[in-house]
Amino acid sequence: MSGQRAGEKVLLKGNEAFAEAAIRGGLRFYFGYPITPQSEIPEYMSRELPRRGGVFLQAESELGAINMAYGAGAAGGAVFISSSSPGIALMQEGMSFLCSAEVPLVALNVSRGGPGIGGIQPGQADYFQATRGGGNGDYRIPVFAPASIQEAIDLIYEAAGLAETWRNPVMIFADGIMGQMMEPVVLPEQRPFIESVEIRRRKPWAISGYGDDDSRRNIVKSLRMQPDELEAHVEYLFEKYARAEKELTRVETRDIDDADIVLVAYGTVARIAREAADILAGRGIKAGLIRPVSLWPFPYAAFDGIGPRTKVVISAELSMGQMLDDVKIGVGKRLPARLIHRTGGMIPTSLEIADSAEKIYREAVQ
Amino acid sequence: MSAQKLFFAGSGGQGIILMGQMVTYAAMFEDKQTTYYPSYGPEMRGGTANCTVIVSDSEVSSPLIYDADCLVAMNLPSLLKFEKMVKPGGTLLVNSSIVARKTERGDIRVFEVPTIEIARELGSPKSANMVMLGAAVRATGVVRQETIERVMREKAFTGKKAETIPANIKAFEYFKV
Amino acid sequence: MKPVFTYTRGMVRTDTSYCPGCTHGIAHRLITETLDEMGLLGGTIGVAPIGCAVQAHKFMNVDMCESAHGRAPAVASGIRRVHPDKIVFTYQGDGDLASIGTAEIIHAAARGEKFTTFFINNCIYGMTGGQMAPTTLLGQRSTTSQGGRTKEQAGSPVRVSELLSSLDGAAYIERVSLASPGHIRNAKKAVRRAFEIQRQGLGFTFVEFLSTCPTNWGLTPPDAMKWLIDNMIPYYPLGVYREPEVKTS
Repeated sequence: MSGQRAGEKVLLKGNEAFAEAAIRGGLRFYFGYPITPQSEIPEYMSRELPRRGGVFLQAESELGAINMAYGAGAAGGAVFISSSSPGIALMQEGMSFLCSAEVPLVALNVSRGGPGIGGIQPGQADYFQATRGGGNGDYRIPVFAPASIQEAIDLIYEAAGLAETWRNPVMIFADGIMGQMMEPVVLPEQRPFIESVEIRRRKPWAISGYGDDDSRRNIVKSLRMQPDELEAHVEYLFEKYARAEKELTRVETRDIDDADIVLVAYGTVARIAREAADILAGRGIKAGLIRPVSLWPFPYAAFDGIGPRTKVVISAELSMGQMLDDVKIGVGKRLPARLIHRTGGMIPTSLEIADSAEKIYREAVQ
Repeated sequence: MSAQKLFFAGSGGQGIILMGQMVTYAAMFEDKQTTYYPSYGPEMRGGTANCTVIVSDSEVSSPLIYDADCLVAMNLPSLLKFEKMVKPGGTLLVNSSIVARKTERGDIRVFEVPTIEIARELGSPKSANMVMLGAAVRATGVVRQETIERVMREKAFTGKKAETIPANIKAFEYFKV
Repeated sequence: MKPVFTYTRGMVRTDTSYCPGCTHGIAHRLITETLDEMGLLGGTIGVAPIGCAVQAHKFMNVDMCESAHGRAPAVASGIRRVHPDKIVFTYQGDGDLASIGTAEIIHAAARGEKFTTFFINNCIYGMTGGQMAPTTLLGQRSTTSQGGRTKEQAGSPVRVSELLSSLDGAAYIERVSLASPGHIRNAKKAVRRAFEIQRQGLGFTFVEFLSTCPTNWGLTPPDAMKWLIDNMIPYYPLGVYREPEVKTS
């Protein structure tokens, strides 16, 4: 795909599109470890990055991968990593370190069913892991959930910039369906890679060797033994996260001001829910849709746009009500919030969602 | 909504994935909205293989389908498992070279295609899947036949495989209008 | 009059946080003084471990980062990819490197990563208060082997230099001691050798320092030095375990 001109329409498989978007976003360094259903990403990177001036390194484990990412990011490199659910779980220690040390990173979870080793079919059961954090301590990670291959490309490309701006990891949360799906897409321009010699100037905080002036010595760290110092650091991080909540919230809504029910879904499930809304329309039930694009910050304010006609809000997800918690915060006490779910790698059809939603609606209006 | 949902099913090695991807490429060449989604059994080789292709004038919603405008069943297990998926009035194409069973559905169009015999008759036994693809494209009109031929040249059979293009086009055109 | 001690530019002018008699300070100085002599202080990036040396970046006057427990070799592998022309090193204790971080150190060595690892082996977990390490000697008492380490219960101590020397990616491995002035002079030569080989890009370089922990051993600093010589060196023999085939200066 390296030969594809920006702007030209090409048919790409999700996993390859994610990788290509990361390279074009300027993410020059990739560290990974094989895990289904995203192994095409390290394969693609091993082929493409070296011949395009980047670096691919297969780590000894996901622990190795995230710590290589931390080192490369701390040294001023622009880094991309990818894995799937159990691998992302192993990386959580590193995520906590990166957040505290303010090291940029773009991380992708092509998620599958759990818990445990679970299965290899698509899932969204890492919602808590992604939005609440699986690592220790007070920290936040912006999480974006694309619903099409094009949107995934655009978000990964943008995330490369956001990670640098916010000096924080940014996560892309894609379900396994998106990894295997193919859709026509338009690829963005290649952002130039930052050369090692430019790092001192471009990223004055990075550990890159201070040269002749040791007053410019840099330390990247997360240890703060004095509780008042640690508290002040966490407060500082949370001022940053508060700004991120204002600036990074993304949502798409459809027909929520005059709907009988409102479906809330993200990723591929949002597309299935959109089709379910069309089926429900044929049955005389008007279904609106809230599609969170950012899972953290969650678009709570979008729920204020739900009109007076709505009787119930339904979270449709490939997990056991993990997003439902956020939906409940969003609707507050105004409306009942219910759940339609499949899990373990099972995916509902639009008909299943429509049938379940209709049943929930009938109960709500009784 | 003018979306066509196609489902290709068979076993690994029958060219299921290739057929689906060729329709998807053709749809892209025709500037239509399209989504392709594959599903494999756990085996790397010889297991079940199927894929969904949706071609639409507007944005594709669910990449997964519960009903199909067209089912291509390349073997018996696929027919048994998926024939109920075909919408009333929809199209079923059966690889009758290896599937003797007749469908019990009376509300759909059925085409029995002896892909292997036709491919042999044309002198290219490996092109059985292109015979079926030709039949499916003819029966559904999901994309133009000449667009598939462009896909063969530009995407499906490039490099060393280019020498198979004449035989594959011949197989594909067996049912050409 | 000739001064007997001067500050080195390689060390930040501050008190270290190490216990009296601990050899971390000596190891720090050997590393940074060598870098200074080689004119490399401003072109070096170091990685501190989890353990007593977690704050090594407060004392060593080079760009540095902390790493998670045991992961320093992975962190250094990442740094090395971004800065192929810099000197990179990790500084790790025996709990960090020989226990929780075994996967990372083995694979960094196997890949022939072009950085140097300085391994502080004092047969004990220092910062957490004297628990048994993989390197704790048989019979040695610790807070988690109170009757002395037994082979039946905890197996035998791990000899890391010997273990890593079987890997082709390792260019240079030497075990030195910090227990006497003579040992320390040899140790400094090993540090320099490691940096030189790293600079030549010949592969992974590793220097193991046999070190003391008077506090957790319950010994005075002089007795700790003696204990090291009497007990550690017989089990952990000093010497070069691997050298580059190409002769270096």
